[in-house]
Amino acid sequence: MTPPGRRPGERLVRSYVVTGGRSQPSCDTLDLVTLLIAADGPPPTAPDPEKRRLMELCRPGALSLAEVAGHLELPVSVTRVLVADLMDSGHLVTRAPVPSAGPPSDARFLREVLDGLRSRL
Amino acid sequence: MDCAPASETVYLPEGVRTAVKLLVVGPFAVGKTTFVGALSEIRPLRTEEVMTRAGALVDDLAGTRDKTTTTVALDFGRVTLGGTLVLYLFGAPGQRRFTGLWRDLTRGALGALVLADTRHLERSFDVMGMLEESELPYAVALNEFDGTPGYGLDEVREALDLLPSTPLLRCDARDRVSATETLIALVTHLLARTGEPEEA
Repeated sequence: MTPPGRRPGERLVRSYVVTGGRSQPSCDTLDLVTLLIAADGPPPTAPDPEKRRLMELCRPGALSLAEVAGHLELPVSVTRVLVADLMDSGHLVTRAPVPSAGPPSDARFLREVLDGLRSRL
Repeated sequence: MDCAPASETVYLPEGVRTAVKLLVVGPFAVGKTTFVGALSEIRPLRTEEVMTRAGALVDDLAGTRDKTTTTVALDFGRVTLGGTLVLYLFGAPGQRRFTGLWRDLTRGALGALVLADTRHLERSFDVMGMLEESELPYAVALNEFDGTPGYGLDEVREALDLLPSTPLLRCDARDRVSATETLIALVTHLLARTGEPEEA
């Protein structure tokens, strides 16, 4: 039974307990649309439950960081810390998004988006 | 708690290597989530951030859940285009107090669609100002509600003080074709700004 005042699925443990009190990831290149996929190899040994859930989610296929946060019902900032840790330990790898350092007006991607949208009409 | 997706269709196709993002911004209840949902190939997802009133991410245990913090929700969806590229659409409130989240959203974004309601045009001013400060190009779409006053586009353009080059159009955020046409207008505008021809 869900106790009164607690939404179903609401976490009992505070988000920042999950990350060991840190809110800054060790890797600041992680964007909302960084595409993540589990690396080949054995799963992390004795990871904490949140990292285990994250790895289970990412094993079948690629998802963006924002989607991982959405499926795990974690804030993006917390997800980013967990992902950075799992990348540092070699369990997760990325498919890089459009480089954020470059101008956001890359004509090639825009043309690809435009063609793709037109084909949906 | 099992949050694993029920179906494999939530995962990106094998060939997808590039992800790009567009923002769908505008005031509360203007239809951002509806717009994202009309286009998304997955059930739109939501993630929440706990923010301080000053807009910073909460990074300590003290003082959370009291009156100095608030929660902001991001709704987003995705469309796979052409087999190798995925477009993410982030519906977000454009509010000054969420500046940390705003930086996260605008970083690397191709552009933004501003959804506006002609009954409350002034509610879109703030987010348009923020886009201009972020130097993120945008188009404006009037989400037409039942009973929307029938202003001409010229009148609205003047009221919003848009640049002559900024696209302004009407849309129905509930309708997939209308939402797609609206994004096409936005991306055509973004491409024109690069000086590259529309056809490769």
